[in-house]
Parts: sequence; C-alpha cells; structure tokens
Amino acid sequence: MSRSGRWILCAYLVYLVLPLYWLFSMAISSNADIVGEFNAFPAAPTLANFAEIFSNPVWYQAFGNSLTYVFINTLISLAVAIPAAYAFSRYRFLGDKQLFFWLLTNRMAPPAVFLLPFFQLYSAIGLFDTPLAVALAHCLFTVPLSVWILEGFFSGVPTELDEMAQLDGHSFGYFFLRVFLPINRGAIGVTLFFCFMFSWVELLLARTLSGAEAKPIVVVMTRTVSASGLDWGVLAAAGVLTVLPGVLVVWFVRKDLVKGFALGRVS
Amino acid sequence: MSYKPQNNRAWLGVLPVLLIVAFSAVVPLMTVINYSVQDILDFNTRFFVGFEWYVQTLNDERFIEAFGRQLAFSFTVLALEIPLGIAVARGIPKNSRLTPLILIVLALPLLIPWNVVGTIWQIFARSDIGLLGVAINAMGISYNYTSEPLHAWLTLVAMDVWHWTSLVALLAFAGLTAIPQPYYQAAELDGASSWQVLRYVELPRLRGVLIIAVLLRLMDSFMIYTEPFVLTGGGPGNTTTFLSQYLATMAVGQFDLGPAAAFSVIYFLFILLFCWLFYQSVVKRDEETP
Repeated sequence: MSRSGRWILCAYLVYLVLPLYWLFSMAISSNADIVGEFNAFPAAPTLANFAEIFSNPVWYQAFGNSLTYVFINTLISLAVAIPAAYAFSRYRFLGDKQLFFWLLTNRMAPPAVFLLPFFQLYSAIGLFDTPLAVALAHCLFTVPLSVWILEGFFSGVPTELDEMAQLDGHSFGYFFLRVFLPINRGAIGVTLFFCFMFSWVELLLARTLSGAEAKPIVVVMTRTVSASGLDWGVLAAAGVLTVLPGVLVVWFVRKDLVKGFALGRVS
Repeated sequence: MSYKPQNNRAWLGVLPVLLIVAFSAVVPLMTVINYSVQDILDFNTRFFVGFEWYVQTLNDERFIEAFGRQLAFSFTVLALEIPLGIAVARGIPKNSRLTPLILIVLALPLLIPWNVVGTIWQIFARSDIGLLGVAINAMGISYNYTSEPLHAWLTLVAMDVWHWTSLVALLAFAGLTAIPQPYYQAAELDGASSWQVLRYVELPRLRGVLIIAVLLRLMDSFMIYTEPFVLTGGGPGNTTTFLSQYLATMAVGQFDLGPAAAFSVIYFLFILLFCWLFYQSVVKRDEETP
C-alpha cells in the first residue's frame, strides 16, 4: 500500500491515542497535581483515585447497574433477533420488505424523541428506575440493528445446509440449535458486540429512566462533574474503568469485527 | 442472491421482534403524535389544537437556528470523517501481524460511553489542565473553548472526528479487503498511480459500505446529544445547542408536552426521509448484484 497511506494512519493513531493517554495520566494523578502546575507526565503516580471508586458504593453499584441492563438488553435483543433474522434471510412473506424497512426506521429514531413517552410508559407500568426499563428502552435501537446484522450473515450461509439437515431426518429445532447457530457463532459474537456497544455508551435514555436506585455509571459520572465540582482525578479514573469492558469485548470478537462492521454485507 | 421460497409462516419468526418493537417504539411514538395535536394543561385538562404546535415549531426561531447549526455540524463532520476514514483505511496493512492490533485501537473510541468521550475531551482541551489546551496556548494562540463560540465549535468537530472516523475507517477497510487482488495487479500493470487506483478501482467497489457509512454518520450526527451536553453544555450561549439538546430541554426541562411532541414528529420525519433514501439505495444495489 502507498507510503502516504501509512503516514496518515500513523498520524491518525497518534491523534486517537493522545486524549486516551491524557485520561489515563489524570487517572493516576492526585487532584492537587492536576490543578497545580502543569505536567505532561504524571508527577507522582498514585492509585488513590481507583481506590476511591472501589471503596464508594455509589460508584461500584452504578457499575453493576450498567452491566445489568447491558446484559439484559443483549439477551433480549439476541433472543428476538435470531428467529427474525432467520425468517428474513430464508423466506419471502407478506410485507417482508416493508417490515424490514420499518424496523430500520427505529434505528434512526432520535432517542430524544422518545424521552417523554418512555418516562410515562415505564412509570405507568412500575418499571421506572429499574435496569429492566433501560434494557427495554435500548431495545429501540439494538433490536433493529441486531436483525440487520444477523440477516446479512445468515443470508451468506447456503440454503443447502438447511436442506441437507432435512434430508438427514433432523427436526428443525435440532438443525437450528445444533447446526445453524454454532455455524454462525461469529455473527452472534459481532451482534453481541454491537448491542453492547450501543447500550453501554448511551446516556440520554439511561439517565431519564433511572432515579436513585438504578443509577448507571454514566449518570453518576455526569453528576460528579456538576455536584462536587472538580475531582478530575476520580472522574478520569472512572472514565478509564468504563473503557475496560469495551476493550474486553472487542478482544473477544476481534476476528469477526471487520466483517461485522460491514454489517455482514461484504463477502 | 439465492432463490427464497414464499412462506407466510415465517411471520412466526418475526413476531417476537414485532412485539418488543411495538412496546419500545410504536406505543411511545403514538403517544408523541397524540400529544402533538393537543394542548395539555394537566393530565385531565387537554384540548385538541390540530396543527397549531407544528406551525409554532416551524416558526420558532430557536428551532430554526438549532436546525441550521445541526445541518452545519453534520455536514462538517461528514466532510471530514468520510475522506479521512478512507485514507486511514487505505493505510492499514492487510495481512500483517499488526493488523488486529491496529483494528482494536481503531475500535476503541466507538466503545467508550458517549459522556466519557465528552469528559475525555473536556479534560484534554481545557486551557488550564488539558494537554491540548495548554499546548495550543503555549504556541501563543489564545484558546478557550468555554468562552469562544468558534473554539467550542472546533473542539466539538475535533471530538466528533476523534470519536467516529474509526467507524468509517473500519467499514472502508472491510470493503477494501473484499477487493480481489487481481484488480490491483491489473492496475499496476497499467501503471496506475495511487490516486487512480483509489478513483477507478477502490471507490467503485466501496460504494456499498460507503453508503452505509455516510448514512450511519448522518443519522447519528443528527441525533448527537451527549457529547456536546458534557463538553460545552450547548454553550457558550446557545452556539452549540443542537436539535436533540433543544428538544430534551423542552420535553424534560420545561415539560412543554405539546410543542415538544410536534418538534419530535418533525425531527423524526426528517430522519425518516434519509432512512428511506438509504433503504432505496441498498435495495437497488442488492438487485444489481445477483
């Protein structure tokens, strides 16, 4: 590949890493060092900020809350999206194209539009301030996205596979659970990554649908900024911790990642 | 594309998705439309007002300003992110030991919670404690994004480029790896320059993924809320208040149910228009390539 391309890539990676470096550098500095004299490298590295987070229940419970709703959301999304994606990829049926388009429109709906009705809906059925409410609300964009990605992957699996299983006398259930899903492990991994990605990073709905009990980590962080003012070190440490789950997930799906980013449509 | 048999029982497979989306999208959307045509004083006193809120919203100066800012922002970041994303993708080695590592680093910004992205840029760009802010000021340029609208804009755009160019780059890279090697060999035999390879070999084959990239970025930049909320809070003044933020203030801050609902419907319809164009182009492509 061309030389200039390499340079652009390198320059971009530096641009990408610098803010992350700064976040990390602040996370291991004391607040006095941060607001004191400017240092490009941490003057006296310390883990005190992380200790503060792990000893304060507000912080680690918020972490738990976030992981809970992301987990529930991913489960629901996969459970409903897998059969639907299979149906879309294998059959034509009344209104299939329209339905698929309509599903996509939900991915395009700005969360801010749904703010008010969600608030009232979940209050009315008593789910307000539970992780389940946030998980269901996030289904608004994770379910259409999951169907979309999975359909792309499933369409790439030859239908001969389905026919072979039938000829071998396997029931549909056996074929689907023991043959089809294992083959599509990668696709499911990528979908999981996307559900995680969009549910973990969202703030607006998560903030609106949670009160004191189910406060997610992203909300605790914004409140720390406005309330206690400026404990930059703890804020940065919390930021570093919210990056970690993403790194773990991306590590697990690294092989299928690129294919997934093309939403399964590049083969 | 292989032949698909007609089978209406496939509806059974789609049913769970329909139920969950009905609950999380249809019911709320109906509520919004219902509100948008009523004047709601409290929950027992409401009047039908027809399209009054729509007319009011479309004539609302703050709405029009926010809309204009939104368009300017979305097109600025698109104009930067798409070419930069393609350029970055072209620089990624295809079969090197470094490839997975580069891809993971590129994916990082996409996995960071949006408010943390705001926070990262806040501490990175502040003129008192931020690496970037201090560096720029040290070069003799007075830079302070909390008081200067132009600086706030530049910082927001830099942040969005940082946050989302990776998505374009990863998509484009996925598209590039799908181009068969003989295409490149043929181009080399013809003595094509790097620029000609891009123009005549790569770009036509990237069309599909680029459509996805452009429209995903257009939609998502149109919905942007969290990052400016954390970084600038919409300020200084209203100079970085985009549509979502204005809407959130209206709906949750002031509880103006009717106008906020009309706003929502207009907002959603506009995005729907993009979505329809997108779907049309994807369907067309599927029909072209058997």
